[in-house]
Amino acid sequence: MSLASAPTALPIRAKKGSLRWAISDVLTIARRDILALVRIPSSLVFALLQPVMFVLLFRYVFGGAIPIPGVQYVNYLIPGILVQTTIFGAVGTAIGLAEDLQRGLIERFRALPMARMAVLGGRTVSDLARNVIVLMIITVVGIGVGFRPHGSIVAYVQACLLALLFAYCLSWGFAFVGLAAPNSETAQAMTFPLIFPITFASSIFVPITKMPSWLQGFATYQPVSETTKAVRGLMSGTPHGDATWISLAWALGAILVLAPLAISKYRKAA
Amino acid sequence: MHHGIQYGGVVSKLRVMSDFAVEALNIVRTFKDGEVRALDDVTLHVPRSEVFGLLGPNGSGKTTMIRILSTIMAPTSGTATVNGFDVVKHPDEVRRSIGLAGQYATVDENLTGYENLRMIGSLNHLEKKFVISRARELLEQFGLADAANRTCKTYSGGMRRRLDLAAALVANPPLLFLDEPTTGLDPQSRQDLWAIIETLVEGGTSVLLTTQYLEEADRLCKQLVVLDHGKIIAEGTSQQLKTSLGNTVLSLSFTSTADATRGAALLEGISSKPANVDGTVVELTVEQGPSSAADALRRIDIAEITLAGLTLREPSLDDVFLSLTGHKAEEALLFSTDDAPKGGRTRKARS
Repeated sequence: MSLASAPTALPIRAKKGSLRWAISDVLTIARRDILALVRIPSSLVFALLQPVMFVLLFRYVFGGAIPIPGVQYVNYLIPGILVQTTIFGAVGTAIGLAEDLQRGLIERFRALPMARMAVLGGRTVSDLARNVIVLMIITVVGIGVGFRPHGSIVAYVQACLLALLFAYCLSWGFAFVGLAAPNSETAQAMTFPLIFPITFASSIFVPITKMPSWLQGFATYQPVSETTKAVRGLMSGTPHGDATWISLAWALGAILVLAPLAISKYRKAA
Repeated sequence: MHHGIQYGGVVSKLRVMSDFAVEALNIVRTFKDGEVRALDDVTLHVPRSEVFGLLGPNGSGKTTMIRILSTIMAPTSGTATVNGFDVVKHPDEVRRSIGLAGQYATVDENLTGYENLRMIGSLNHLEKKFVISRARELLEQFGLADAANRTCKTYSGGMRRRLDLAAALVANPPLLFLDEPTTGLDPQSRQDLWAIIETLVEGGTSVLLTTQYLEEADRLCKQLVVLDHGKIIAEGTSQQLKTSLGNTVLSLSFTSTADATRGAALLEGISSKPANVDGTVVELTVEQGPSSAADALRRIDIAEITLAGLTLREPSLDDVFLSLTGHKAEEALLFSTDDAPKGGRTRKARS
């Protein structure tokens, strides 16, 4: 076929509208985002810099002033940091989408016969992949600073999966933010008021009992604390009630609300 | 009546018979709750296998029109069919039958040229084997074979535009939307792109091209419409537009702007249209070149004004635009806002 050939029917892979097309589109976009991650290693370095700083800050600067009855602070801290890191990592979805929008890439995608949710699906999947890498590295860093998980390996993996799933579901909310923001800098700034209350007014760094009583109600029952409780319980091999189920319910509830919101925003954004 | 032709493997029973590649009827698009009318009752009939031009300055509504026709945005009112498919009711069929390339070459910077084309082919759900050979072929034809495995970050403005156009061609669509394809390009890259567009049209592709360069419209477009503030203010072939203006442009240059102003006043009545004064140059469109020139010279001579030069020439599309809108195409840039309001979103021009 030459440049100037008359338009003809082209070989097409699968049937129109099939699930196979949607999955293939998601993977195509995810592949593109992961290639970018590989080609700009600095983005991964920056994704790691912040959690490593948090580990060092709380382990060596603040940690000594935060007594946890019966537990070494480092063993309390690292599971929390892992939860916080995955949530902060999910913010990347907002930044990445805002960049694509700014560059006009989203506009080109919208003029292609691809699945409507594939740009968001691909982006969230690639951010999930990055979170997996970050989680593994922070685990190693944690062990380096004295973290000793007492649960089984299986429970540790389960805990990581729970944190990743929770962050993945939230990333659909950040997708909405990214599509609503005028540029990537603003997208990042817009996520701060969302993630700071849920990560800091939680059991990630300090026990909730040390907070003022008006804050304790929110801090105890909000989803990040539940997820942290489950992750910490699984990693340390201690009982944690229904926290796993509650955080799973939060995660699924979040994606059921946030994904349709983000997809509807995508349809309108350009 | 239905066509039996297939695009992208879809039997087109959703298609309506149309002699035109694009038929847009009474398109209106408003922004900010009706405050801004980006398109105000625009009707277009784009014939097959030729370049149709949408000419106008920034903010005239060109890009909004392209966005509506490429299903990126819905019209506020009006209907449009592209290759026989309704843009609102059957957007997927429209998307399968068009290619879109724009003034912002939307290639992915972190991918190589080859990977960009592979991605677009994959998102068009074309067979992998076909996409691989099509990508190689296009890179070769567009002079990008040597740069195929370099990330697009390293590409020049002209290379990005060529890759962008190649991406629009991966699925071999019968209709191309080119939104200011040469804006910001150097003259050589512009010539290259023009040659590519001409080759495509020779092969049967239909092209709807927007431009603010009158030279580009003149060179490529058989028919064109002129848009200003969302309305069509003229349409026809570029020859028709020029003839409608009068036969000849009489251009007089003076030695000072004061003389030019005085001269313009003296020349009143020679042309049925008001004279255009630009610095020291006064221009008139006239029916009879030589006799009008003689008349003008007489009047200037009597007033004892020194003339720096006098020329008679065929009107250009620039003259058409000026006479239609009262402002020059390039000047309009200074006074207009972004073509399509996007809530303050700023986009980087890549060139």
